[in-house]
Amino acid sequence: MAERSFEISRLPGFATIAIAAFALLYLPIFTLVIYSFNASNSVAVWGGFSLHWYADAWANQAVKDATVRSLVIGASAAVLATTLATLAALGTTRRKAFKGQTFIYVMINQPLMVPEVVTAVALLIFFGIIKVATGYQGLGYLIAAHTAFCIPFAYLPIRARLESMDLALETAAADLYASPWQTFRRVTLPLLAPGIMAGAMLAFVISLDDVVITEFVKSGGQDTLPTYMLGQLRRAFTPEVNAISTMLLGVTVVLLTAFFLLTRKKD
Amino acid sequence: MSPAEQNAVRQSARNGWLLSVPALVVLALAASGPLLIVVYYSFLTANDTGGVIRQFSLEGWRGIFLTYDIFDEEYRLADAHLTIFWRSVWLSLTTTLVTFAVGFPTAWFIATRPAQQRAMWLFLITIPFWTNLLIRTFAINEVIRNEGILNTALIWLGVIDRPLQIVYTETAVLIGMAYVYLPLMVLPLYATIERFDMRLLEASYDLYASRWRTLRRVILPIVKPGIIAGSILVFVPSLGAYVTPRVLGGGKKMMIGNFIELQFLQGKNWPLGAALSVTLLIIVMGALLIYVRVANRDRSSDHG
Amino acid sequence: MKHLLSATAMVLATATLAAAEGQLQLYNWGNYTSPELLAKFQAETGIKVTVTDYDSNDVALAKVEAGGSGFDLVVPSASYVPIWVEKGLVQELDLSRLPNHKNIAPEWLDVDWDPGRTHSIPWQWGSTGIAVNTKVYGGDINTSAVFLEVPPELVGKINVVPEMVDILSLATMYVGGEPCSTDAEVMKKTRDVLLAAKPNWISMDYGATERLSNGDWAASVNWNGSTMRVRLNTNGDVQYGYPREGYPIFMDSVMLLQDAKNVDEAYKFMDFIMLPENAAMISAFARYANGIAGSEEFMPEDMKTAPEVVVPEEHKAAGVFLPTCTGKGLEYMTAIWTELQK
Repeated sequence: MAERSFEISRLPGFATIAIAAFALLYLPIFTLVIYSFNASNSVAVWGGFSLHWYADAWANQAVKDATVRSLVIGASAAVLATTLATLAALGTTRRKAFKGQTFIYVMINQPLMVPEVVTAVALLIFFGIIKVATGYQGLGYLIAAHTAFCIPFAYLPIRARLESMDLALETAAADLYASPWQTFRRVTLPLLAPGIMAGAMLAFVISLDDVVITEFVKSGGQDTLPTYMLGQLRRAFTPEVNAISTMLLGVTVVLLTAFFLLTRKKD
Repeated sequence: MSPAEQNAVRQSARNGWLLSVPALVVLALAASGPLLIVVYYSFLTANDTGGVIRQFSLEGWRGIFLTYDIFDEEYRLADAHLTIFWRSVWLSLTTTLVTFAVGFPTAWFIATRPAQQRAMWLFLITIPFWTNLLIRTFAINEVIRNEGILNTALIWLGVIDRPLQIVYTETAVLIGMAYVYLPLMVLPLYATIERFDMRLLEASYDLYASRWRTLRRVILPIVKPGIIAGSILVFVPSLGAYVTPRVLGGGKKMMIGNFIELQFLQGKNWPLGAALSVTLLIIVMGALLIYVRVANRDRSSDHG
Repeated sequence: MKHLLSATAMVLATATLAAAEGQLQLYNWGNYTSPELLAKFQAETGIKVTVTDYDSNDVALAKVEAGGSGFDLVVPSASYVPIWVEKGLVQELDLSRLPNHKNIAPEWLDVDWDPGRTHSIPWQWGSTGIAVNTKVYGGDINTSAVFLEVPPELVGKINVVPEMVDILSLATMYVGGEPCSTDAEVMKKTRDVLLAAKPNWISMDYGATERLSNGDWAASVNWNGSTMRVRLNTNGDVQYGYPREGYPIFMDSVMLLQDAKNVDEAYKFMDFIMLPENAAMISAFARYANGIAGSEEFMPEDMKTAPEVVVPEEHKAAGVFLPTCTGKGLEYMTAIWTELQK
């Protein structure tokens, strides 16, 4: 059966386009990695092989702090945004249309609708008032801001998944006297998992990438990797940023490989 | 409707709200709520040194449609704003189409891998995005510049004999945006395709439907929620794109995001920037509502 | 998950430990602060300096004005210094706490934007001129005509940095006006010369260091320090021109914020960087001159004689400090700039 449906699901040209897409996606990454081994201080002119940018990046405390900060903010925002978005998606799909549903939908997608710089200026003023009033200047503001703009990115894939799921299994579970919570835990959630995973991954990369809002919201000593790089944009990038990116990629790939090897063994 | 049914409907609506409230609260505090400040600022007077003077003025709103030609000392239609706006819409629409054309086959490909491989392919899509947007955009520039890999390869293959000038054109911005926003199309599509029951294809082919017909009549209607989600996630943010047009477009061709930023920073005209933002917000919100309404109507008629 | 939460909690906790013993929050341009300088300062005083980056005067100003930013020192450009003072965002300096204030070079002491240096002390200064690959174009490079009436060799190969005030000022001076002019005739000429030149530019972008070095661009309106790096990268092919019609000089200066929490530490730092050998460390890192008398002898060899850093005598007179531009002058600039970038 599996064999058969695999055959049938083939659409002509799709695999070719997909493989080409993956190749194109990695082409720039490939050049980025190459130049991280550049001996000269350029990210575009090759000056021989060297590892010294790795040494530089490793010795640069500011970069290390910024990287950790980016990951902490990204992970927190992704977890929070995905949780909130899942709840909201459950609340706004697969039930009889209710008053205010469209309002909720528009509100949730609102962060998508204005250029980042606008939200950034608004948050700058609003958080400025709170910072002065409370004296708190911690990472909480950045996490809150990132969570907020990540919500639509998590919400839309989860909602799309929910909409394409049918109610039959859940109804069946309920018919078998499963409590609503049991039905949710044992039936809905596992079915929803690919949507949640897609949403969480999007939220994480969106947070990891954010420059403008972070630039306006950060307080003293809260540079993230993107704002650190933005600070260098005017003068010149050095392969140091390539080295950082390559190390991040390397860590990701190692972790993922380990993860897949471990889960495969279990199977 | 019996009282019991009415009760159930009311209950369902209440649950809908309760489940959405946590997200709405966070958004109200850290996104939508503070935007009210922007609305307020659009009615104030610009301060030459940045910020606003708390004095009512409609200059910001007038500035959207009319520019005061300081040379001829008269108001005239702000055609520069229209040019910028039109370019943004056009580029964003094309970006959405390109990401769909590439993203749909990619999502289909991933969703039809054996179950335990799918997560790996999904990660492969997102891994390039672990490198920061700025550095990634520079890497794209490295590929498409005149002496870059792309041109070198095309010349070597004999397709062209002189390098194509791609960098600093709208094509470059398009390539960059399609690259940046591809995962935003692929992931929602994947989430719906993964759910797709392949037996429907079998049924369709058994009934002698062609592949193209099957794609149009069977597959697309079912994965429509994913297409809607993906297009919104690509189209709307690309309207306000900032980094890509700046780096790959060479700064000679602004998009709305850059233009609004100019007002808030170097131009020091916050009320105009605020009014432009509110206008953009209203337009996008309206378009989104219409899009969702139409899409939902189609869907119910498909099933009904 | 648990790890993540505890890590978050930890970061949150440490971030709230503001104004602890021996700290200083410096808000400065990205990639502009020598790490060796900070290490030396910490070794001598025990004060740990945290640097946070910005990439535009406007962002820095807006952030501090919004309040609660948590910074002690900021490093704005000359034309922004009066704005910071006027808005009451910075403190007047107590010069008795800055014994090294006497080291400020005479020409940098009584500057228009801060007479007597009562609110700001020098960090670095430089100029906006024109970098040209002399292999591509062998003509006169000490003129704004290079980008305003682009010679055929450079058509489609020249870049212009997207700095509104710098570019508008260069063009205004080229047509014979003063920067931030409010004279409609002058500004019309400025607009016309810019609009006529734009089709000949390849781009309006940053990143000149890279793209001049790898040959993507053959010329660019550019800063002196960046051009020096390019000259070294290209074995002298790329040279720096000082437009004789007038070119902008910029200086970034350190200012003490009104709501600074670490005032004592801030004074120590300001005094520290006015010692010639320390000022030279700043220059050695970012490749710009610093305005402290006697720092030259501590500078790296290649900077002591660099024509980009040590302004040749014949080009000194054309250098101009840009005024703080407001009102009609600013309106003209924004209108032309929008026209130029649409």
